[in-house]
Amino acid sequence: MTDLLAFLLSYETLRVIWWLFVGILLIGFAITDGFDLGVGTLLPFLGRNDEERRVIINVVGPTWEGNQVWFILGGGAIFAAWPAVYATAFSGFFVALILTLFALILRPVGFDYRSKLPDPRWRHFWDWGLFIGGAVPALVFGVAFGNLFLGVPFHFDNDLRVEYTGSFFGLLNPFGLLSGIVSLAMLVMHGAIYLQLRTEGNIQQRAQHAVARAAQVFLGAFALAGLWLIIGVDGYRLEHFAGVTAPSNPLNKTVVREGWAWLAHYGQHPWMLLAPIAGFAGAVLAWRCSQRQQPGRGFIASALTLAGVILTAGFTLFPFILPSSSDPNSSLTVWDATSSHLTLKWMFGVTVIFLPIILLYTSWVFSKLRGTVTVAQIHAADKTLY
Amino acid sequence: MMSETFIELSRLQFAMTALYHFLFVPLTLGLSFLLAIMESVYVMTGKPVYKDMVRFWGKLFGINFALGVATGITMEFQFGTNWAYYSHYVGDIFGTPLAIEGLMAFFLESTFIGLFFFGWDRLSKTQHLTVTWLVALGSNLSALWILIANGWMQNPVGSAFNPDTMRMEMTSFSAMLFNPVAQVKFVHTVSAGYVTGAMFVLAISAWYLLKRRDRAFAHRSFAIAAAFGLASCLSVITLGDESGYELGDVQKVKLAAIEAMWETEPAPAAFTLFGFPNDAAMITEHAVQIPYLMGLIATRSLDQPIMGLKELIAENETRIRRGMTAYTALEQWRAGNHSDALRTILTAPYNDLGYALLLKKYTPNVTTASDEQIRQAARDTVPRVAPLFWSFRLMVAFGFWMLLLFGLAFYYCAQRVIEHKRWLLWLALLSLPLPWLSAELGWVVAEYGRQPWTVSGMLPTHLSASTLSIAQVAFSLSGFVLFYSALLIVELFLMIKYARLGPSSLGTGRYHFEGGAALTAQPAAPHSATTQP
Repeated sequence: MTDLLAFLLSYETLRVIWWLFVGILLIGFAITDGFDLGVGTLLPFLGRNDEERRVIINVVGPTWEGNQVWFILGGGAIFAAWPAVYATAFSGFFVALILTLFALILRPVGFDYRSKLPDPRWRHFWDWGLFIGGAVPALVFGVAFGNLFLGVPFHFDNDLRVEYTGSFFGLLNPFGLLSGIVSLAMLVMHGAIYLQLRTEGNIQQRAQHAVARAAQVFLGAFALAGLWLIIGVDGYRLEHFAGVTAPSNPLNKTVVREGWAWLAHYGQHPWMLLAPIAGFAGAVLAWRCSQRQQPGRGFIASALTLAGVILTAGFTLFPFILPSSSDPNSSLTVWDATSSHLTLKWMFGVTVIFLPIILLYTSWVFSKLRGTVTVAQIHAADKTLY
Repeated sequence: MMSETFIELSRLQFAMTALYHFLFVPLTLGLSFLLAIMESVYVMTGKPVYKDMVRFWGKLFGINFALGVATGITMEFQFGTNWAYYSHYVGDIFGTPLAIEGLMAFFLESTFIGLFFFGWDRLSKTQHLTVTWLVALGSNLSALWILIANGWMQNPVGSAFNPDTMRMEMTSFSAMLFNPVAQVKFVHTVSAGYVTGAMFVLAISAWYLLKRRDRAFAHRSFAIAAAFGLASCLSVITLGDESGYELGDVQKVKLAAIEAMWETEPAPAAFTLFGFPNDAAMITEHAVQIPYLMGLIATRSLDQPIMGLKELIAENETRIRRGMTAYTALEQWRAGNHSDALRTILTAPYNDLGYALLLKKYTPNVTTASDEQIRQAARDTVPRVAPLFWSFRLMVAFGFWMLLLFGLAFYYCAQRVIEHKRWLLWLALLSLPLPWLSAELGWVVAEYGRQPWTVSGMLPTHLSASTLSIAQVAFSLSGFVLFYSALLIVELFLMIKYARLGPSSLGTGRYHFEGGAALTAQPAAPHSATTQP
C-alpha cells in the first residue's frame, strides 16, 4: 500500500498523471462545452425564426455556464501543472488567443442579454454573436492543436524567457486549417446530436440532417489529417534528456526532427490505435444512431469520438506538449515543462477530491434539467427564459 | 530590455481589464448572499413577496453576472498572453490557487447558477434554497482563492528560487494558504462586496419608495439591505484597519506611500489627514496631521516608530547591493559552476535576488551596475505617492459615509418611518456609485501600491511581460477598450431598463406596471404559472 502510494506520488508518475489530467479536462471540455460551441455554430441555421432560435438557446442555456468552466479550469490547470506551456503557448498564439477570447466573451452576454429586449435587430445581432462565440473557438482550438504536430517557432534565452518568432498567419497553414475543420466538424456533430436529443419537430429534423453532414465532413477531414500526418509531417524525437525526475528545465535535452517520429508509439504500443479507431467508429455510430432516431446513444457515440480524437493527439505527441520548430531543443515535454514535485502533489490531492464531486453535482444538475424544450414552453415563460 | 512604452501599455491593459472585471465581481459577491438571505426568509415564512424579491433581484444579478463571467475569462488567460515571463517565473506557486479556484469554487457557482434561474419548478423549495446558497458559497470561495493568489504577490511566502529551473518554486503550500495578507485581504474584499450588494438593493428600493410604487416589495428589500449593509460596512472598515496592520509588517513602502510619510516618524507616529504630496521634492505640502493615530493603526502601539520613504529607499539600496551578490552567484551558476555553496546562496529566502533584478531596467550587466544606477533603482522601489495618498483617502471617506448611511437607514427602518424620511431615500439613491468607486480605489491602493513589483521583492514588473511587439499589445488593448466599452453600455442600458421596470418585469401580474393592486395584499395564488421552463 505504501509502495503504491510512493509510486503514485513519485515525480515521474505525477508528471504522467498530470498529462492525463489535462487530457481529461480537455475531453471534459469537449464533451460538455463542446456541444454548446456546436449548438452556437448551428443556431442561425437550424432556427428559422425567433421562437425556434429561443428553443435552441434554451436547450443549452441553463447548463452552458457550468460547462464553460471545463475550459477555464483547463487554463488554470495548465498554469499550475505546466507553467512553461501556459507561458509559451498563450503568448506565442497571442493574436489567435485574443481573438478567441473576444469570441468567447460574446457568449455569456449573448445568452443572457439576447431575449431581454424584443427588438428583432437586437436579437438577430446576438444570434450571430453566439454563432461567432461557438464557431471561432471551435476552429481556433483545432488550428492550435494542428500546429503542435508541426511545431511552432519559439526558443528560450538563458533566463528561460520565451520568445515566439512566428506570426498569426503562420498558424493558418494548410495542415493547421485542416485540423481546425476536424475540430469544428466534430463539435458541430456533437452539438447537433444534442439538439436532436433535446428538441422536437422541425428543429429536431434539421438537427438530424446536421449530424449526418457534420459526421461526413469530420470523417473525411480526420482521415485526411491522419494520412497527411503519416506522409507529409516530420515528427520530433527526444534524443537525450536529463531524465524523468530531473528538474523542469527545457534546455537540458536534445531533440531531433525526423519522418515517422509521430508514429513511433503506435508501433511500440499497438493498443494506442484504439484512440483513432474510436474517433472514426464513434462518428459512424453517432451518425447511424441519429438516423435511427436514437439520439441518446448517438450522443454517447459522439462523445467517444471527441475522446478518441483528443487521445489520438495526446498519444501521438507524447512526451511532447509543445515542440519548437525553430529550436527543437527548446521544445516542451512532460518531463521538463511541469511544476515542481511539491506543486504537482498538492494539485493531485485537490483534483482527486474535487473532480468526482464536480462530476457528481454536474450530473445532478443535468438530471434536474433533462427533457425537451418546445416552442410552447417558450411562449409560456416568455419573460423568464433566455 | 523592453521599452518603457511596451511595459506601460501592458500594464494599462492589465489595469483596465482588472478594474473592469472588478466592476462586476463585488456585486456578484454581495448580491448572491442577499439572494440567499431573501430566499431563506421566503422558505421560512412562505410569503410569495420574498420569492418575487429573489427572482427580481436575481434578474439584475444575472445581467451583472454575465459580464462578470465574460471579463473573468480574460483574467484567467492574460497572465499567459501578456505576462509570460511572470507566468513562467512564478507559475509553480501562483498557478495553484488559480486552478483550485476553478475546481473548488467557479465550477460550483457556474453549475448551479443555471438551476438558480431555471430550476424554480423543477426543485423543491429547500432544494432551490440550497442551490442559491451554493451559488453564494461558490462566488465567495472564488474570491478566497483569487485573493490567496493575489496575497502571495503582495507577500510572497512559502517559496524560493530554484537555480535548476530558473524560477521560483513552492516550498510550503500551507504558508501560501495561511498567508496573513491573503486572509485579511479576503475578508476585507468580500465585505466590500457585501456592501456593494447592499447599496445596490438599498438605492434601487429607495427609488421605488420615492416613486411610491411596489411599496411592500421595496420596503422589505430596503430593510434587508439596510441591516446587511450596516453589518458589512462595519466589517469592511474594521478589516480594512486590520489590513493596515498587516501591511505595516510586510509592505512598509506601500504603507509609507499611502501616508506620504517621507521621513521616519518617531513613535507614536502621526496620521496625515490631508496634504499635497510632492513626489519630486519628497515632501507633503500643507499637511494636516492627527497625532498618535498612525502608530496605533500600523503597529498597535505607541512606542514603535514607522519608517519613512527616504529611509526605506536607503534600506532598499543596501538590499539591491546584497541582491547583486546573489546575482553574481547566478551568473556563475549559469557558467556551469553548480556547487553547493552557490546553491545555498541562490535558494536562501532572503538573498534579495529580486532587488538585483530591478537594475535590469538600467543595465543588462547587473553585476557591474554603477552607483548611480543602483540609486535610481532604489528610488524606483517607491511608487508615485500622490495617487496612492488620494485613492486611499477617498476610499476611506466613502466607507465612512456609507457606514453613516446604512446606520441611519437601519435606524429609521427599525422605527418604521423610513418612507417619511425622503431626504434619506434620496441620499441612498445618490450614493449608489460609491461602493464601486471605493472598490476600484481599493484596487488601485493595493496593486498600484505594489509597484515596481509584480511579486513584492521578487520580480519587477518591467521584467514580467511577454516578449511581444508594441503593435500586438496595442491591438489587444484597443480591442479590449472598444469591446468592453460597448458591453458596459449595453449592460447599463439593460440594468437601468429592468431596474425601472421593477418587479413588474417578472410578469406575475401583481406589480405596478401590470396594474397590480398588490402593494401590500397577498395574492390568492402565490405560485404563478410563468416560471415553467
